Amino acid sequence: MAELTRKGLQGFLARQGILVAFAVFMIAFAVANPRFIDIDNVFGVIRSSAILGVMALGVTFVVIGGNLDLSVGSMMSFSTIVVLDLHDKIGPTLAIPSMFAMTLALGAFIGILVGYLKLNSLIVTLGMLSAIHGLTLTYSGGKNMDIADKSGTWFSVFGQGSVAGLPMPILIFAGLAIVLSIILSRTPFGRKVYAVGGNGVAATFSGIPRARVVFMTYLMSSFCVATAGLIQASRSLGSQNTVGQGMELEVLAAVILGGASLLGGSGTIFKTVIGVLILGFIQNGLLLLGLAFYAQYIVTWIIIILAVWLDIAAKRGGLWSRIA
Amino acid sequence: MTDQTPALRLEGIVKTFPGVRALDGVSLTVMPGEVHALMGENGAGKSTLMKVLGGILAPNEGQIFIEEQPTVMSSPMNAKAKGVVFIHQELSLADELTVAENIFLGELPKKSFGRVDWQRLYDETDAILKTLNVGFAARTRVGDLSIANQQMVEIARALTVEPRAVIFDEPTASLTDAEKVVLFEVIADLQSRGVGVIYISHRMEEIFKITDRISVLRDGQYRGTLNTAETNEEEVTQLMIGRTLDLSRNESTHELGEVALEVRGLSCGGLFEDVSFSVRRGEVVGFYGLVGAGRTEIAETLFGLREPSAGTIHLAGEEVSIHSPADAIKRGISLVPEDRKGQGLILGMNCRDNMTLPQVSDLTAGPFVSDGAEVAIFDQYRDKLDIRTPGWRQLVGNLSGGNQQKIVIGKWLSMRPEVLIVDEPTRGIDVGSKSEIHNLIRELAAQGYAVIVISSEMPEVLHVSDRIVAMFSGRVMREFTAEEVTEDSLIQAISGLTGKTA
Ligand SMILES: Nc1ncnc2c1ncn2[C@@H]1O[C@H](COP(=O)(O)OP(=O)(O)OP(=O)(O)O)[C@@H](O)[C@H]1O
Ligand SMILES: [Mg+2]
Repeated sequence: MAELTRKGLQGFLARQGILVAFAVFMIAFAVANPRFIDIDNVFGVIRSSAILGVMALGVTFVVIGGNLDLSVGSMMSFSTIVVLDLHDKIGPTLAIPSMFAMTLALGAFIGILVGYLKLNSLIVTLGMLSAIHGLTLTYSGGKNMDIADKSGTWFSVFGQGSVAGLPMPILIFAGLAIVLSIILSRTPFGRKVYAVGGNGVAATFSGIPRARVVFMTYLMSSFCVATAGLIQASRSLGSQNTVGQGMELEVLAAVILGGASLLGGSGTIFKTVIGVLILGFIQNGLLLLGLAFYAQYIVTWIIIILAVWLDIAAKRGGLWSRIA
Repeated sequence: MTDQTPALRLEGIVKTFPGVRALDGVSLTVMPGEVHALMGENGAGKSTLMKVLGGILAPNEGQIFIEEQPTVMSSPMNAKAKGVVFIHQELSLADELTVAENIFLGELPKKSFGRVDWQRLYDETDAILKTLNVGFAARTRVGDLSIANQQMVEIARALTVEPRAVIFDEPTASLTDAEKVVLFEVIADLQSRGVGVIYISHRMEEIFKITDRISVLRDGQYRGTLNTAETNEEEVTQLMIGRTLDLSRNESTHELGEVALEVRGLSCGGLFEDVSFSVRRGEVVGFYGLVGAGRTEIAETLFGLREPSAGTIHLAGEEVSIHSPADAIKRGISLVPEDRKGQGLILGMNCRDNMTLPQVSDLTAGPFVSDGAEVAIFDQYRDKLDIRTPGWRQLVGNLSGGNQQKIVIGKWLSMRPEVLIVDEPTRGIDVGSKSEIHNLIRELAAQGYAVIVISSEMPEVLHVSDRIVAMFSGRVMREFTAEEVTEDSLIQAISGLTGKTA
């Protein structure tokens, strides 16, 4: 009997562990520093998570489809630099669609390699991470990019504007989350993404064009990256070439933390949003506790390991298991 | 036999899953040297009971005794150490490892410093494979083997230890007749060494051939044990499903229509050659042959999964080229594939979504998938095929093997195809549902569908087909009509003994 209760608890922890851990974190932080649950701080965390969040929404599609996308960080730097540069050259109205077109082209390129040529997504996107970084540096000549007339442009609305008291980045994040959530959970395309990630062979036998579905997931991912780049550029109106560096891992951490399996076929947009928020609050909490900013990198890694472990544990039905 | 100590005794085993009481106080006694059949409908709880015995699942209640000693099976390794070997219904081999590594997984022979003794490993494996009379060696990669051969590897695992009891969970589902003979020899040998054997199968003829006693489960409850010698198929069926079956051949008298599918001189590099046949509306054509005769490959070519190297395909008189499953589906071809786990289902997806997957793009209301339409299809085929599941939200991976197969069949029937190809449609399906599926196939033909049935079970082919195409090693050997075919002539044709007369 004792055996069974222990198993039950383990099973529960394995399934809901991330929420439990999150609750413990929140309470501990709140006790240690009451400012943590201050409404301004809470809003601040959500707003600063928005860029990461927007990228995570797209990567959720890729991961459910059974692949990885490690290129989103450097792709976001690319989008940001491009839109800032074009802003002064052709004006914001033309700069924005041009930047989206270029970013989508990158996504399509990855989609062709992974989807149609069936190359391993880890290798392809890891390679693209560095290739796109090179592309960005070539484009900018290695210099920082700044908008000349920072006060006189409506371009700042995406990063700094607000509607009814709600900051624009949060609104974009929320709006995109709702739309993508509907696409994923309610449309035939969404169903096909789950099928391709769950069992690609069976999906093929069901007449689902696997290559095209994978291609589409990368296109969606690059669309989200372009949106994130837009917010980033608009918020700061100037940028370094490395603004998105390292974000690919944080994005992945958020997606897995939300419960999407790295093996593909499971996860939801809602869960990813939760994952993004958890990550944001944990990093914020650590800052408030006085940990150095760069401690975040270590924390992100720990969170990834924890999330992957829990993912596998949920499959085995316990945290420790002799059965692989 | 009665005064011996039982090799194995299970008492009052209860196992529940969310929404399902899979085992409800089941008891079972297995004597040494007996072959004990465990029978029951799909989802009756047979595999679950064996997983409890094999240390894979922990029971909620109940007790296991080995030679009357109460025991707890804490893991599969632990069960094996206690002499209980479990050969699974679903293959559980590592594709990338060799046959030898799979057979001795977890207990590789060691030299000093923990180094693996490869020579001994391969020698011992080859010795075991020799007794099984299989055509592959210890160093073969398991992923390169056919499903039937993988099943033989699974069986070879049982022979590495001195077991007290061996459980075979539907071992013959994907074996050919020749391989079955070998398996039955292995079982007879275990029996003569005093090992208790538990044998799960839906095939009556096997049960009556090799078992001593038959225990029956129904809806997770123990229904009784019969002595094989003193009972018959009817009594067992009655106990299993609560009614008897009409097993007479379905002599339907409907008219045949136009030629729906015609294949002329179709070849696919080395897999099959110069294959010609036609199927008319309202007709069931059976493809019979040994595993490897090229039947599945023909089906895959018709379904756009392989490119033919020569020959033509005609649908309703019009020559077509089919380059993808999507093409095939658009032209009204459905394929129920032979490997349900690998090709038929997405195990992590629920029952309804699996069933409607090929037509999900058509089941829309505006841009969205229409829940109602999907549930309606699921309900219809759940009732038609008697699929046992707590609801459509259940993940397919949690269903019993036979019920999984029914989901695949429902998935393709619901497409209402012009040409329906079914590859081993009743693999792992219980007698009641099997005859229902056979009736359904006949019924579909009567409604004007053209049906191709690929099967390695002769009774099945004889039972459902209007015409039978016998294949051997990638070639059509002969075509029979239902009237002229006999078991002997069929066996001759598929073993390549007759000249080419097609
Ligand atoms: N992991 C699980 N989660 C939920 N339900 C399960 C799980 N495993 C089995 N079941 C349910 O338990 C019941 C018994 O399943 P089991 O696999 O033992 O049937 P079976 O007698 O082996 O059938 P078959 O002849 O089709 O193989 C079924 O209703 C099945 O859906
Ligand atoms: Mg079973």
